[in-house]
Amino acid sequence: MTCLSPIIAGWFAERGWVIHPHQQAMIDHADAAALLLIAPTGGGKTMAGFLPTLTALATGQHSGLHTLYVSPLKALASDIKRNLRTPIEQMGLPIRIEDRTGDTTYTQKRRQRADPPHILLTTPESLALLTSYEDAPRIFAGLQRVIIDEIHALAESKRGDQLMLALSRLQSLAPGLRRVGLSATVEDPAAIAGQLACHPARCAIITADPGPDPDIAMLTTQENPPWSGGGAAYAIPAVLDQVRQHKTTLIFHNTRAQAEIFFHNLWLANTDDLPIGIHHGSLSREQRTRVESAMVAGELRAIVCTGSLDLGIDWGDVDLVIQIGAPKNIKRLVQRIGRANHRYNAPSKALLVPANRFEVIECVAALEAVKAHDLDGDTKGPGPRDVLCQHILIRACAGPFNADNLFAEVQTVGAYHNLPRAVFDACLDFCATGGYALRAYDKWKRLLQTPDGNWQLRDPRAAQRIRMNIGTIQDTDTVKVRLKNSFKPLGEIEEAFAATLTAGDTFLIGGQVVRYEGLRDMTVEVTRRADKTPKIATFMGTKFANSTQLSQRILHMFQQDTWPNLPGHTTAWLDLQRRVSKLPQADRILVETFPHDGRHHLCAYGFAGRNAMQTLGMLLTQRMEEQGLHPLGFVSTDYATLIWGLDPVDTPESLFHADDLHAGFETWLSGNAVMKRTFRGAATIAGLIERNLPQARKTGRQATFSSDILYDTLAKYDPNHLILQITREEALRGLVDFSRIAEMLARTRGRIDHVALAHVTPLAAPMFLEMGRIAIKGAAQDRLLEEETAKLMNAAGVSGI
Amino acid sequence: MNGYDFFFHRTGCTALPSGALFLRDHAVLCVSDLHLGKSDRIARRSGIMLPPYEVQETLERLAADIVSTAPQTVICLGDSFDDQAAAQALPDDMRLWLIQLQAGRNWIWITGNHDPAPVNLGGTHLAQTRIAALTFRHIASDTPGEVSGHYHPKHRIAGRSRPAFLFDDQRMILPAYGAYTGGLASDTPALRALFPSRATAVLTGHKALAVPLHR
Repeated sequence: MTCLSPIIAGWFAERGWVIHPHQQAMIDHADAAALLLIAPTGGGKTMAGFLPTLTALATGQHSGLHTLYVSPLKALASDIKRNLRTPIEQMGLPIRIEDRTGDTTYTQKRRQRADPPHILLTTPESLALLTSYEDAPRIFAGLQRVIIDEIHALAESKRGDQLMLALSRLQSLAPGLRRVGLSATVEDPAAIAGQLACHPARCAIITADPGPDPDIAMLTTQENPPWSGGGAAYAIPAVLDQVRQHKTTLIFHNTRAQAEIFFHNLWLANTDDLPIGIHHGSLSREQRTRVESAMVAGELRAIVCTGSLDLGIDWGDVDLVIQIGAPKNIKRLVQRIGRANHRYNAPSKALLVPANRFEVIECVAALEAVKAHDLDGDTKGPGPRDVLCQHILIRACAGPFNADNLFAEVQTVGAYHNLPRAVFDACLDFCATGGYALRAYDKWKRLLQTPDGNWQLRDPRAAQRIRMNIGTIQDTDTVKVRLKNSFKPLGEIEEAFAATLTAGDTFLIGGQVVRYEGLRDMTVEVTRRADKTPKIATFMGTKFANSTQLSQRILHMFQQDTWPNLPGHTTAWLDLQRRVSKLPQADRILVETFPHDGRHHLCAYGFAGRNAMQTLGMLLTQRMEEQGLHPLGFVSTDYATLIWGLDPVDTPESLFHADDLHAGFETWLSGNAVMKRTFRGAATIAGLIERNLPQARKTGRQATFSSDILYDTLAKYDPNHLILQITREEALRGLVDFSRIAEMLARTRGRIDHVALAHVTPLAAPMFLEMGRIAIKGAAQDRLLEEETAKLMNAAGVSGI
Repeated sequence: MNGYDFFFHRTGCTALPSGALFLRDHAVLCVSDLHLGKSDRIARRSGIMLPPYEVQETLERLAADIVSTAPQTVICLGDSFDDQAAAQALPDDMRLWLIQLQAGRNWIWITGNHDPAPVNLGGTHLAQTRIAALTFRHIASDTPGEVSGHYHPKHRIAGRSRPAFLFDDQRMILPAYGAYTGGLASDTPALRALFPSRATAVLTGHKALAVPLHR
């Protein structure tokens, strides 16, 4: 058992602070090989993680790296640096603490490798990069502890898998390494403990007192929420009122685009000039840092933000959290609420602002779930193979390796402990030769086996390119935005969005309206505009799918006779839907058909979450195509899919046969856009496609070609290739989420309620205003394209040439 | 056939949906920018090993066009190989297939910027050639009636971008025919300068579709 250093104990005593029981427990178990702390936000979780380190380093006897702290966010790393440096300086401890993220300068990174600090704060990607250097053994030789903050957030994604693979490497370099995980309240702590431990070792779990229930409600506004959209502009006056009444307010949004629009509108209405800032992942580093330090200094009354501020950033005086838009996921909501009133044992205060009428229902369902402590969670599959491929390449960058040793190392990672040797070998073969049925690269292998049996890079210069492409975050491709004749970056926008811009278009970035001037060297050049409203809304952004638990709660709410918890405008809407059509039920699928605007429409309420509903849209339109119904396109939300086409669907029941959907799914999988997007992600992570090139190409797009071409070629000539296997597997879970379609089919067992109507229904109407419509490239498309061509030629008077 | 028929400098032309040009009265099939061996060059240069099937895919398309048009002459309009080494490294079965395609017809390799020197395959190597009123070369110059490649033009209509033939009274530029080729949007300055006014774009795909280049 370790005791708290007297210096630290004295520092606590001076301030009249008492160590929390779970903090003491962390010190008591300081020698555990793996330790997971589950504590609510504000529970002094991070301090609990660092106390054993500070105690060990207080003697000043350790030289070199002692503790590695890994967090999912750059902002969190620099935040912890600030929060730790103060007590360390006050206690006069001989401890050097530095951070290392994608934002750290090149010079500082070099120096850190030569002379590592005692405590290094970093992210999974920066850590993976560190392990790829030849001098990794020297850097990590004396490493004692690794602290993984917000491990619950990392555990859900491939970033967590990459991190655990990196830890397996560190464990070999520093066998005495002890692992500490810090997690918010989760539904299944044992699963995270299993990921954290060095398999087959056990991981102890310490659970802190969860504290009082939060004070959480829906924001009441004068104006009714709109029928669709995510802007919540209607709530601006009410939100500003709340900002005035509180010290510091965090205003969370689900997407960056929504944050931008809201921030812009907020400022247009901000007649008192309250200091309000914006923070999201697309903004330039300078902008983010400025907002972060203004916040720490207490200069801001509110911050409009996204997930980039989602995790345990302790910025003191936040006394209100406002969530704009339905939270989609109860766990995330609970964690966001925890940002407010960051003191242990004080209830946090939060307000939900539904962005549209349907979200009112979602918000009420979420409120009830929070009260019932009903967290949602997904089970995770085995360790992903694309991440393993990247790990193998990273290992190769660090120098020659033995395959048996690497395999043994990988098996110590919880998610990979069942990894068959054959799968590992297939990944290694992919890294070495491309893994093609046609062995074409004998001469240009990426990895070679030397006579002693070790593997190494054929061309050591390849290490640079591999390092540039480390990471598993699959954001859409973005391009930088900067002011014309200036090098000052404003932020980034999605490449797909940039491609739609033409000179003169205005859009929002960093809260200001800018005018698109042109694309130069893959950078968008803009000029400032004084306009109040941008011509083009803004770029897209990731959308979360509603969790199964939330969807179920909503379906149950629909079956109530009355809705005392819902505001009048929403109950009136639901009542009307009940009269005109039906309200969806959990054990049946409601399908409405109606003509609208010269097209035939079909709306299916499957409540399977956005991704699965998207897939359902693909499958249904494919079946319609087969039946000659000329579908033109569809749009999906968390609860429904709306399809439009040239012909009416008279018997929608025939579209929903489970066997046909399954069979259709298999054939459909090979040729769809979502699949291609998934392929692109897996291929990039596994190192088949490079996201970043050594020097930005200036020759334009002529030199590069779409990954879709690679997908089509592989599907045609090498359908069993490793990356296609990974793509198929992921599509089932992730973007395609067929598992939730299967779940939907199981719970409804072919019970389809078809309601044919003469016009749009109340519940379907908002679907028409949804973004993200997908066009079907089928017979109808060709028919329309030919019509369009004829129109253009006629208009130009050249139809006869 | 889903091709688009038109006259260019009094010569009957068909833009095939595959991206090949067929001269109806002269039985000439012309393809540009095959970039054979691109995956080989990328692997050699960067270690990235793309699916090594692009030669097969490209030759399959070319073979299909040769079967359907039965040309007496085939012109490859330059950048037929991604570089000289890629041409040397062509696998034997692919080399054999190319030789079979060449049998019984004239085969002209126009020199491109990627493949400046002759390759050890049959056929004639030329910097440029003339057929009827047309001049065939790799990069556009100022000769009237010129057919060239090099730019990999693409054109966008109804939100969809596809490789496209571009032509006006002066010149015609062919889309890239190779499987692993990207494209240059028709509204980029380089292509705008070549087609300042009144030009036509023929989109490739299932069916060749002609639209005015400028709106």
